[in-house]
Amino acid sequence: MATFTFDGRTIPFRPGQSVGAALIAAGIYSWRVTRVGARPRGLFCGIGVCFDCLVTIDGAPNQRACRAPAADGISVTTQRGTGHDDLAV
Amino acid sequence: MARVLVVGAGVVGAACAYFLARDGHEVTVVDRGPVGAGTTSRGEGNILVSDKSAGPELALALRSAELWRRIAERLGADALEWESKGGLVVAATDETLGALREFATLQAAAGVWCEPVEPGNLSGYEPNLAPGLPGGVFYPGDQQVQPVRAAAALLYAARVDGATVRHGVEVLGVRRRSDGPVRSVECRVDGAVVEIDADAVVNATGTWGGDVSARIGAPVPVLPRRGFILVTEPLPHVVRHKVYTADYVSNVASGAAGLETSVVVEGTRGGTVLIGASRERVGFDTAISYPVLRTMAAQAVRIFPFLDRVSLLRVYTGFRPYCPDHLPVIGADPRIAGIYHACGHEGAGIGLAPATGEMIADLLSDRSTFVPAEPFSPARFVSEAA
Repeated sequence: MATFTFDGRTIPFRPGQSVGAALIAAGIYSWRVTRVGARPRGLFCGIGVCFDCLVTIDGAPNQRACRAPAADGISVTTQRGTGHDDLAV
Repeated sequence: MARVLVVGAGVVGAACAYFLARDGHEVTVVDRGPVGAGTTSRGEGNILVSDKSAGPELALALRSAELWRRIAERLGADALEWESKGGLVVAATDETLGALREFATLQAAAGVWCEPVEPGNLSGYEPNLAPGLPGGVFYPGDQQVQPVRAAAALLYAARVDGATVRHGVEVLGVRRRSDGPVRSVECRVDGAVVEIDADAVVNATGTWGGDVSARIGAPVPVLPRRGFILVTEPLPHVVRHKVYTADYVSNVASGAAGLETSVVVEGTRGGTVLIGASRERVGFDTAISYPVLRTMAAQAVRIFPFLDRVSLLRVYTGFRPYCPDHLPVIGADPRIAGIYHACGHEGAGIGLAPATGEMIADLLSDRSTFVPAEPFSPARFVSEAA
C-alpha cells in the first residue's frame, strides 16, 4: 500500500484518497494550530470551502488537506500559525 | 442649528456627520446601502501625506492626518484598526531617486516630516525588501485605518451626539422653498417616495457624487477610476510600513487615461498583505482584468521577493472618484443655497475624510476653515453664464 508521512509517522492511503481522508482514516483529527489562540484544527467542511483544514505539504503551507490528493512519499507536517513564520520581521 | 441630511454613509459622509453632530446640528445620514459599501470599502485605508505634492490637497492631508490622530485617541485605535506606521517610498532607479528627493524637499518646505533613507539603511526599515534598491524617503506621518470600521466608528460617535443613520434610502431630488434654498429631500424608501425635511444637504456619495449631484439639481463632475487590490494569505508581521515605489506619486497625479500600475504594499492587523495599486479609466466596469493583476503581482515581487512564495486569497476592485482637476469638491454649491458637496477625493478619501468633514461643518456654521477652502469650492465647476 502507498504511504506518506505525517510529522514523521507513516500514513497508508488508497488511490484517490485526499490527504485529509487518509489522516482521518488513520485516527488523526488535528493537523493545524491556529495563529490566534493556538487552537487545534482539522477537517470542517471537507469540500474545499472553509479553509479550516490547512496543512503543510512538502514544505508548502496552507494546502487544503481535503483537496490535496494523497501521493506516495509526500511529507505532510502540522502547520503552526500562518506557516510562514520564517518571513517574520 | 440646522437640519442637515448627509447623503452617503461612507467615510466622508461619516466624518461630515461626526463634525456636524458635534456642532449640535440635527443630522440624518442616509445611504442606499450599508456603511461604507460603495467607495470606502474598495481601498486600502491609506492616510497619506507622502504622496501629495505641495499645494491645497497636501494642506488638507496634513490637517486630516492630525485629525485622524485625535479621532483615534478619542474613539480608540482598535475601533478603527488605526496604525501610525509611517510610509517608506522607495526608488527603483537612480533617476527616480533624484526625482523623489526633489519632491520630498518641496514637501518638507510645506510642513511634511520626511527623512531620506540611504540604500544601506533600507533593510533597517524593511528587512524583507529586495537588496540593491538605490534609496528612498521615510514619512513618519503616514497612517492607516480599516476604512469600513473607521466609517462605522465615526457614525457611532455621531449617533452618540444625536445623529440618525438610515439605510435603504435612495435620494431622488431636492425640493426648494419659494425663495430658493433647500426645503426637503425626496427619497425612495422601500419602494415609496418620501420627503425628509432638511435645511442643508451634503453630497458625500463618493464615486456616485456626479449622479447624485445631478439628481439634486447641482451637478459637479465626478468620474470613476478603477483600481484593483490583491490580498495575500495571512502572514506574520512581514512588512512594517506602507511601502510604495516612487512612480505611485506620478501615477496619482497623472491625467493619463490608460492603465497605470505601481507598487503599494502594506500589512494589515488581520495578517493579510495588501498589494495595490492600479488605475484605469474604464467607466463603471468592474470586470477583473488578469493582465493587470499579473503586472501588479510581478511589480510587488520585484520589491518584496518573498511574495513569490505567498498565495493570494482574493482580489477586490473599486472606483476612485476624481474631479477633472484632481482636487476633491468640498463646499457650498453656488447655485442652490443649502447644497454642499464633499466628494471626488480620488484615492485619498479615507485620508482626507476628517478634514473634509471639519471643513463642511465650519462652512455650515460660517466659521473660518482651518485650511483655505477656495481651491475645493464647487464654484470652479459652475460657469459664469450658468
